[in-house]
Amino acid sequence: MDFKLHVWRQKDRNSEGRMLSTKVEGISPDTSFLEMLDILNQRLIEEGDEPIAFDNDCREGICGMCSLVINGVPHGPERGVTACQLHMRSFQSGQDIYIEPWRAKAFPVVRDLSVDRGSFDRIMAAGGFASVRTGGAPDANAVPIAKEQADLAFDAAACIGCGACVASCKNASAMLFVGAKVSQFLHLPQGEPERKRRVLKMVDQMDEEGFGNCTNTYDCEGVCPKEIKVRVIAEMNREYLRASLSHDET
Amino acid sequence: MKLDSKVPSGPLETKWERHKFDVKLVNPANKRKFKVIVVGSGLAGGSAAATLAELGYEVDCFCFQDSPRRAHSIAAQGGINAAKNYQNDGDSVYRLFYDTIKGGDFRSREANVYRLAQVSENIIDQCVAQGVPFAREYGGHLANRSFGGAQVSRTFYARGQTGQQLLLGAYSALSQQIGRGQVKMHTRTEMLDVVLVDGKARGIVVRDLVSGKIESHSAHAVILATGGYSPVFFLSTNAVNCNVTATYRAYKKGAAFANPCYTQIHPTCIPVSGDHQSKLTLMSESLRNDGRIWVPKAGDDKRAAKDIPEDQRDYYLERKYPSFGNLAPRDIASRSAKEACDAGLGVGDSKRGVYLDFADSINRLGEQAISQRYGNLFHMYQKITGENPYQSPMRIYPAPHYTMGGLWVDYNLMSTIPGLFVLGEANFSDHGANRLGASALMQGLADGYFVIPYTIGQYFASEFLPLVGTDHEEFKKAEGDVTDNLQRLLNVNGSRSSMSIHRELGTLMFDKCGMARNEEGLKDTLKKIPEIRDEFWNNVKVPGDSQCFNQALEQAARVADFLEFAELLCRDALARDESCGGHFREEHQTEDGEAKRNDEDFAHVAAWEYQGEDKEPVRHVEPLEFENVKLSTRSYK
Repeated sequence: MDFKLHVWRQKDRNSEGRMLSTKVEGISPDTSFLEMLDILNQRLIEEGDEPIAFDNDCREGICGMCSLVINGVPHGPERGVTACQLHMRSFQSGQDIYIEPWRAKAFPVVRDLSVDRGSFDRIMAAGGFASVRTGGAPDANAVPIAKEQADLAFDAAACIGCGACVASCKNASAMLFVGAKVSQFLHLPQGEPERKRRVLKMVDQMDEEGFGNCTNTYDCEGVCPKEIKVRVIAEMNREYLRASLSHDET
Repeated sequence: MKLDSKVPSGPLETKWERHKFDVKLVNPANKRKFKVIVVGSGLAGGSAAATLAELGYEVDCFCFQDSPRRAHSIAAQGGINAAKNYQNDGDSVYRLFYDTIKGGDFRSREANVYRLAQVSENIIDQCVAQGVPFAREYGGHLANRSFGGAQVSRTFYARGQTGQQLLLGAYSALSQQIGRGQVKMHTRTEMLDVVLVDGKARGIVVRDLVSGKIESHSAHAVILATGGYSPVFFLSTNAVNCNVTATYRAYKKGAAFANPCYTQIHPTCIPVSGDHQSKLTLMSESLRNDGRIWVPKAGDDKRAAKDIPEDQRDYYLERKYPSFGNLAPRDIASRSAKEACDAGLGVGDSKRGVYLDFADSINRLGEQAISQRYGNLFHMYQKITGENPYQSPMRIYPAPHYTMGGLWVDYNLMSTIPGLFVLGEANFSDHGANRLGASALMQGLADGYFVIPYTIGQYFASEFLPLVGTDHEEFKKAEGDVTDNLQRLLNVNGSRSSMSIHRELGTLMFDKCGMARNEEGLKDTLKKIPEIRDEFWNNVKVPGDSQCFNQALEQAARVADFLEFAELLCRDALARDESCGGHFREEHQTEDGEAKRNDEDFAHVAAWEYQGEDKEPVRHVEPLEFENVKLSTRSYK
């Protein structure tokens, strides 16, 4: 298969970027999208050009490292997968393919298609945990958790922190990401003691990082590779309101 | 070099308890005076960094990814073992210990493995308290599944994403300490050397991958938790950036490298489909709970799997190992698949594949039950191959997955360099010659949460060393070496990408030093590796410069280390003139093709000491003493 690629090239955070076009030819339909970029990069290297920088690691859809907007859609045209799980058989030979980085104020470009998602880590450090000392835990079966609740917690915990939700959102909102963590703890008894503090701190940090707010267009749910549902945003909003009205700490 | 395992004396059951009492303590007020560097943020590194910080130590943690949450532990699918005996099926600490020793083909230390089995219970408690959403029964209690090499159900899991959920648990604990300022996190920062002052590890040299700046960090102790080296085979189930650089550079600074030839080839991976491929995808071993492995009895059978009648199928694992069946350990299942394909019975276009068939389980339990257990794995398989495993069997083939070898450590997890500790897959300690499924997560978290927090105190309390400034000449020298090495790569200015040379190395290694090895092949490989290395240093092309974000440079530097390390791996495989676990020497097999150990000559750990460039490393030996377990032929029949 042959493709005409249009790729965002940007030297570093402070430089201006632009789209550059190139062709790739003779690609097998079983090649993954990132392997297609590998093939292109090897050619660029051998021709003495600088390869395209893009983040990737596990290449099986779980590390959350890859972050490409492909033809306007984060992670590309297939639903429920990351860009690394996308194969060229999802495209037509001869097609134009536009590849861009996540675009959001809180995700500055590092180089080309690679962005800095440190803002997500800072939100997690603000409250995305249950405080427990190593070694101080009771027996794992001491507190039964209804399967339905455990499953709801799991559905939210499946978030891989890739940031596609932000990239798809016209407001660059991170509420699906933050909501997923809030929801995970909401459905587990272990989350109860820090329930109010957690949501308040995480939302504060989210605002401070420059993410926007949700206006219910649900693009995030549509592009989420782990198919996290927007119910987590509703849950987070309810938790936030509840905590704001009743939080008794200064 | 003396290899003193420092295993405490006395009965196996009480060694760890007594050792914890005997180790010296560091006064809480003094802990903040000690600075610890943790390299790697996976299960071992993340849990160690979080726990040490919680105790009051000042921690600097490093990872090359953009966030600590992305370490490769995240990709573990199936589960984590623990001797909880929640299923009432006869499990115990001793049974987990015994299964692990036997699974490792009697090539690991009794005391280490027993401790691992003991703390396994605490790990599950800890993770549940952190909010890890393990699978549960309707009654609200934790669910278990079975894994290879065990006849009890002791594996805890979170759908097919157990590694992810455990890592997010460790990451949340780490995040809390980062928020408190107790851990300083350095993302996109790669360790490129360990710095020794007067023979002790006193810091590291790193490259900031974004700015390209070379920097030094000083500490009272350095912990490496940098994972395994499977990408020496190029195609493996590992993340594409996993590498041997940190442990190999520590080896070059004097840390002994133990049993590098113990590599694990995982039986259930999606077969190679073409030469464009950058990695192989694992299909969790848990699938063998409900999937049956078979090949057609006749070679070159062109019929679709479902059209081949039962009596023309060979369920070879069930036939050869009736008591463990499809749950035979990984090394045995992998070799059996290779045998079947070598005999011309393989399936798929490449003929390097066997069927993993769920038809019986779907008939028995219904599609919904199978989907609940393995839905995400089936989904992943379908995405990659374009085939629907609910309708036709999966095709699988073995792929390099885990490396049991690693830096040599004593009972305290300290390497042969004082002050340099090694945790998780990066060390060699607990799995012998073959790791059982669902034990890697257990070991990573055991080392990080429950072992190093005690044993590092012993080192600090024994001798207080003032912090060395990073302007010390040893730091300056190491920085200079690192800078020169990177410049050397840029200067070659040849015409091949490092990836193409890496692929060439990997193909050779998998062929000659993969699932089966022999003297002739290994000797031949030892001649060819230097040739590939020469090709690399004469013909690699690394564009750009070192003063910016340059992924081609990062990759080339890692490949350069693999090209040296591969030689050590083959050398070890050649010297270990026996078959054991994942190390299968064709010269040493029983009549029915099973691995044949030589306990008289090889019941030991081989630890290699670096002697300098172009000099042969020296092989040291730590004898393995079995006081509790009787060495026996490992049978799963």
